[in-house]
Amino acid sequence: MQQLLDGILEGLRLLFTGDAVLWEIIYLSGRISGIALVISAVLGIPFGAFLGLARFRGRRLVQAIVYTGMGLPPVVVGLAVYLLLSRSGILGHLNWSWIPQLFTVPAMIVAQVIIATPLVVGYTMAAVSEVNPDLRIQVRSLGATPLQITLAVLCEARLGIIVALVGGLGSIISEVGAVMMVGGNIEGSTRVLTTAIMLETRRGNLDLAIGLGMVLLLLAFLINFGVTQLQGKGN
Amino acid sequence: MFQKMSFYKILVALILSMLLVAACAPTATPTAESVAVPTQAPPTKAPKLAFTNTEIQQPQEMILATTSSTQDSGLLDYLLPDFDKEFNIKTKVIAVGSGQALQMGKDGDADVLLIHSPAAEKEFMDAGDGVRREDVMYNDFVIVGPAEDPAKITGLKTSVDAFKAIAESESKFVSRGDDSGTHVKEKNIWKKAELEPVGDWYVSAGQNMGAVLTMADELQGYTLSDRATYLAFLQQGLSLKIMVEGDSSLLNPYGVIAVNPAKSPKIRNDLANQFIDWIISIPVQEKIQVFKKEELGQSLFYPSSKLWQEAK
Amino acid sequence: MAKIYDLQNVKRVYESRTVVDIDTLEIEDGEILAIVGPSGAGKSTLLRLLNFLEYADSGLIRYKGQEVNAQLPLDFRRQVTTVFQRPALLQGSVEENVVYGLRLRGKKNGKGEVLEVITRMGLEKLRRARARTLSGGEAQRVALARAVVVRPAVLLLDEPTANLDPYNISLIEEVVREINRVQKTTIVLVTHNVFQAKRMAHRIALMLSGKIVELSRTQDFFDHPRDPRTRAFANGEMIY
Repeated sequence: MQQLLDGILEGLRLLFTGDAVLWEIIYLSGRISGIALVISAVLGIPFGAFLGLARFRGRRLVQAIVYTGMGLPPVVVGLAVYLLLSRSGILGHLNWSWIPQLFTVPAMIVAQVIIATPLVVGYTMAAVSEVNPDLRIQVRSLGATPLQITLAVLCEARLGIIVALVGGLGSIISEVGAVMMVGGNIEGSTRVLTTAIMLETRRGNLDLAIGLGMVLLLLAFLINFGVTQLQGKGN
Repeated sequence: MFQKMSFYKILVALILSMLLVAACAPTATPTAESVAVPTQAPPTKAPKLAFTNTEIQQPQEMILATTSSTQDSGLLDYLLPDFDKEFNIKTKVIAVGSGQALQMGKDGDADVLLIHSPAAEKEFMDAGDGVRREDVMYNDFVIVGPAEDPAKITGLKTSVDAFKAIAESESKFVSRGDDSGTHVKEKNIWKKAELEPVGDWYVSAGQNMGAVLTMADELQGYTLSDRATYLAFLQQGLSLKIMVEGDSSLLNPYGVIAVNPAKSPKIRNDLANQFIDWIISIPVQEKIQVFKKEELGQSLFYPSSKLWQEAK
Repeated sequence: MAKIYDLQNVKRVYESRTVVDIDTLEIEDGEILAIVGPSGAGKSTLLRLLNFLEYADSGLIRYKGQEVNAQLPLDFRRQVTTVFQRPALLQGSVEENVVYGLRLRGKKNGKGEVLEVITRMGLEKLRRARARTLSGGEAQRVALARAVVVRPAVLLLDEPTANLDPYNISLIEEVVREINRVQKTTIVLVTHNVFQAKRMAHRIALMLSGKIVELSRTQDFFDHPRDPRTRAFANGEMIY
């Protein structure tokens, strides 16, 4: 109990004294997961919208694959990316300069994109298929092009899509297995909140670990609070 | 710092604006600018940012794969800044189990290894996976247990006797169970004691040292720990006591290995050799000896390089 | 009068059921044409064909001389719009809904027009109200305003006043007649209400089972029907 209290105090102290190491870690976490989320959004929203709106042969199969992807264990994703990017791995040994190397930020982003994209696709798909189908016909009748129709539907589904993005962000920013494996927890370059918590726990620095954990919780809270605010405005 | 925070805000804003602005204000008839820009701007921007911080300032990067004990004890944080500064190198430390560290060497994913698994290290060298190996230092293991000492091992001279007593009394024993150097050491002691540890009393945790110590404390059981991690957790209120120490079979030698550069064209054998030359040099060996000595009243690591021993 | 639509041997088939089967239909530029008939006669499908929302399975539809198919240029598509029976409004305010069609067309400054239309529809007090919170009649007026503001060449109305109260019905009818008169907008009104057709239309077509059985001037439709079924329908004797 005393330890928890000490940890909470330490966490507050670190946060409000602007501890450089802590902020570096927060910044890295935010940057890596933020970039991964943007890429996931760019890939996932159009694909999710397509799956939600288009009717084609094999659509159910693709949907089943997406739902499976939504439940991918991050550790397995980490292992797969590790094996691919390893210098003796399938991609790594090709030695192409655009393939990210293990233990770098781009490698972590790759893993996080793989984890988050199915989530974004799945939630977008669900949100888009809930939009009144009459609306698509109405918008088209008003002179919308196919792209404008899709944008209108996405706009109607925006709350669902924001929830999709927040869900994706939450899953990758709080994920530890994949980033530990692929990033290697290198101080100042691939050490993020979750891996730092693991390290400090291992080191026996429980105060610091609790402090970092609080930061993570606080971030999650702020993100979710922002969303509920938006939802309030949306309704 | 504030610039960094605002970057994060920009990202969030970017994502939201992508949705709210691009999707909701109906765009005009698709012309090149009006439609392509909002969706394509983020991906081209993002990867560029991803590289700036990590790749620009450091011309020389070296990957050191090591066991978690060297990182967790704080030894590397204490030693490496000097090395990085002196040679303008950025040493990227990947702290994993000895097993994974060796595998990273085999796969060519690390330039240099700092580990403690003598038998496996020998195998690694014999297979031609490494090109140079040097002794660096050793620390020691201790057998720790609850103050009540149900197996009555306090004062026993050898680790083998202690393990026999624990097995006979079927007292709780928490094992790393993760093929780490510490786990290998433990298995060797069981082997020497001619015992096969099985039963409810033997808990294979599959976790790191800190977690295993905490588990042993909660279960009031015994475990084998390296001294550094044990001392760090003792400061955090661990109640386990040292029961057996000093046995020669409890010594834990660390070696440094340069990975065979034939493994991958990316391997920096030059930097690896530079690192090895540096860590076995007398001044660094002296620094290892005094690490945390004042704070804990004892050394955590004892230097043992050839140069050091010759000098003595 | 020039013809704006020309349909020849047009068939539309849903899973082996022929829902529209029109030998010939010409719609004149600037007229109000009412299409009456029982439910399931194919009236709504015909409107979707006229709005290029779907295409004939066989036969030919020409709009202003252009053959209607998936390749019809956007300029032509945007000359025609529909107000449906149930208004599908977008999230956002009344004003945002009304301006939507202009935005789609890349028109930045339509403020004046939007305000004018909103006022004409008696919606000025609801300008900033959330469209989804409106009553049925108000929502339908928003839908009509949204369609009218883009100044379509053809306005298609699919049972626009079904289930509305007399005030809303008369306001909507009045505005439709007005834009036909002032802007020369061609109107095609689908209704099952013969009295509305009589009030509004220059010509009336009776549609039964996908076919047009009679098309004549409103006066003649009631006074001198050529087909006995027309007489039955006009007199409210047709049971459906």
